[in-house]
Amino acid sequence: MTAQMWMLLGGFVLAVWLIALPLGRWLALVSERAPRPLAGIEASLLRACGVSGEEQGWRGYAGALLLFNLIGVIALYALQRLQPGLPLNPQQFAAPTWDSALNTAVSFVTNTNWQGYGGESTMSHLTQMLGLTVQNFLSAATGIAVAFALMRGFARSGAGGIGNFWVDLLRITLWLLLPLSFLLALAFAAQGVIQNLSPDLTVTLLEPLHADAGTVGTQTLAMGPVASQEAIKMLGTNGGGFMNANSAHPFENPTAWTNVLQMLAIFAIPAGLCMAFGRLVGDRRQGWALLAAMTVLFVAAVIGIMSLEQAGNPHLAAIGVDQAASALQAGGNMEGKEVRFGVAASALFAAITTAASCGAVNAMHASLTPLAGGITMLLMQLGEVVFGGVGSGLYGMLLFAVLAVFVAGLMTGRTPAYLGKKIEPAEMKWVAVAILVTPLLVLSGTALAVSSETGRAGLLNPAAAGFSEVLYAFSSAANNNGSAFAGLSANTPFYNLTLAIAMALGRFAVIVPVLALAGALAARTRAVRDPAAAQDAAMPTHGPMFVVLLVLTVLLVGALTYLPALALGPVVEHINLYR
Amino acid sequence: MNAALHALRPALSLFLLLSALTGLAYPLLVTALAQTLFPERAAGSLIRDGEQLTGSALIGQPFSSPGHFWSRPSATATQPYNGAASGGNNLGANNRVLVDAAAQRIAALRAADPDNRAPVPVDLVTASASGLDPDISLAAARYQAARVARARGVAPAAVEALIERHARHPWLGFVGEPRVNVLALNRALDALR
Repeated sequence: MTAQMWMLLGGFVLAVWLIALPLGRWLALVSERAPRPLAGIEASLLRACGVSGEEQGWRGYAGALLLFNLIGVIALYALQRLQPGLPLNPQQFAAPTWDSALNTAVSFVTNTNWQGYGGESTMSHLTQMLGLTVQNFLSAATGIAVAFALMRGFARSGAGGIGNFWVDLLRITLWLLLPLSFLLALAFAAQGVIQNLSPDLTVTLLEPLHADAGTVGTQTLAMGPVASQEAIKMLGTNGGGFMNANSAHPFENPTAWTNVLQMLAIFAIPAGLCMAFGRLVGDRRQGWALLAAMTVLFVAAVIGIMSLEQAGNPHLAAIGVDQAASALQAGGNMEGKEVRFGVAASALFAAITTAASCGAVNAMHASLTPLAGGITMLLMQLGEVVFGGVGSGLYGMLLFAVLAVFVAGLMTGRTPAYLGKKIEPAEMKWVAVAILVTPLLVLSGTALAVSSETGRAGLLNPAAAGFSEVLYAFSSAANNNGSAFAGLSANTPFYNLTLAIAMALGRFAVIVPVLALAGALAARTRAVRDPAAAQDAAMPTHGPMFVVLLVLTVLLVGALTYLPALALGPVVEHINLYR
Repeated sequence: MNAALHALRPALSLFLLLSALTGLAYPLLVTALAQTLFPERAAGSLIRDGEQLTGSALIGQPFSSPGHFWSRPSATATQPYNGAASGGNNLGANNRVLVDAAAQRIAALRAADPDNRAPVPVDLVTASASGLDPDISLAAARYQAARVARARGVAPAAVEALIERHARHPWLGFVGEPRVNVLALNRALDALR
């Protein structure tokens, strides 16, 4: 860890907390009502769409959510397949294959944004805007809506409903995501992120390129409406790049400052939701405890990745490469990284994007040193609860909080309770299902792929690094992250379909149990009326003790589930690297 | 089934409304504003020599003559620095191909500058993530300065001074990296005489 790394990490964590405070207040407000001057607009839009706005029980809420997301998949699939005949396709891109289009549709609707295709060479401007940008917004709004529903479950007492999905969806999109994205997009454009509807440009090279095939005098530059998509890609923890190289592309992420903005945008809403949760349940310390647990896990991961990346690659050191940090260079493992970000901001970004289920990358994760790559995998495998996706991070962490309370209750012989709500078998069943779905998908998917001929055909790197590519892919898909060890040739029917299944179940087979849990909790009456007083009766869930317990619960479930698989990939690779 | 049919109207109408707002109104409004407020940047920070487009200030170009500073290796498809197919090579740290490519690159650098026995700065032998990296580290520029000066028949101090003029340093020592834009540096070199 260099001094620069400590400063970058410290400054970043501080900035995230400072953003979380006002944003948490705003999120809490939006979860309850429309902002005052805009309530009239919202009401008339809802009326026009035929929404009555009455409270829904968890089944009604889940049904509406699933229907809406199904429409999203169908529309995005159709838009891709029809793109050759539609306007704003200056490069005249053909339709993606049916399996690729299906994979992409599921990927963007589930907030995963796994990309089997290369953006600038596949998708028309219209598909990028009306298809992919739209789902960047709607999948984010869906995740936040579920978090709102679960928060209401804890906040309410003896209630039949957990909110109205249509109202939540509209409110989150209009009063949260659109204004924030708009400001961020303009900030990006001011820094050099492109925003136009031009076809590719051809420019003359300063020095002609002498290649095997002959001399080339020009370079092609992909164009498009990038800034507008970039903003919601980060704010909604989506992560699907306009360009193939994602946030490593200079047109997506041109400067060290856009990089800082992108990193902050990823964590802003997940951190803000913790604060909003504290406000909604009437005890802000509860929100701080969740944020503290997330921060502890995050900082540990960043220190690990930064140190490993700065140490560099011993194979390169052996052939006379200078990897030492100095005033003239960042040094370290620069394979698959950009000079303007160096090792520090690339390592930090890698931790952020996998801790949150964003999946944008500003460096190629396949070329991380093996254990650093292993940490990014583990961050996903922990269930995307270290900040996590917008909404999904909070509801994922709350599942672990309930589990932690339950375990503590068993140990002390008390009836477990969280925020004054008794945790009983009905609740624990839903928690267990929601926590166990993703490991099942990751491990069985990986096993299927590496034991089949078609699965192994896609590997780029040999041996353990190849296994890591597959383990990373299924960890990423089932946890709705979307980043990749991109050596894997995943644009084949086998990977497109198996990963689509992992993404869909990893999203909705978690959301439905979470909503059921919200319903069960909302119906339960609180033993003590005041949640803060209820706290003191049982084990407090806002102090350092609970933070430690929560961190250990997350690590225990993750480690027990994944250590054997990680040992076969990153750990073996690491040993080979230093042998 | 009835409930699903009942929900179909809000589902479809909200989907259409939100698609129009987030997929058309929002990106088109941002396009209009960005092209008004920051026209050069929204168009790609393009460099023009008269009528001719000669590159983007943000996108790297390949160089291999001894009289120019070389950019980083690029792994983009069909040709290096292909701005229509960005990407890295995704090789693992243990992959033989990666180490061999670095060794070849070192050999090429040494062949062009036999007297230079200094260790090679790492960014000069590793492929970038985008394959379009416009920068090299200051260490990588200094490493090449003597070769460039000799090939051009100019004083090494003049080349060093040019690097210094184009050098970018981290803000407060931690945001950004010590680096120089290769295309800008080479254009300035060409303008020397």
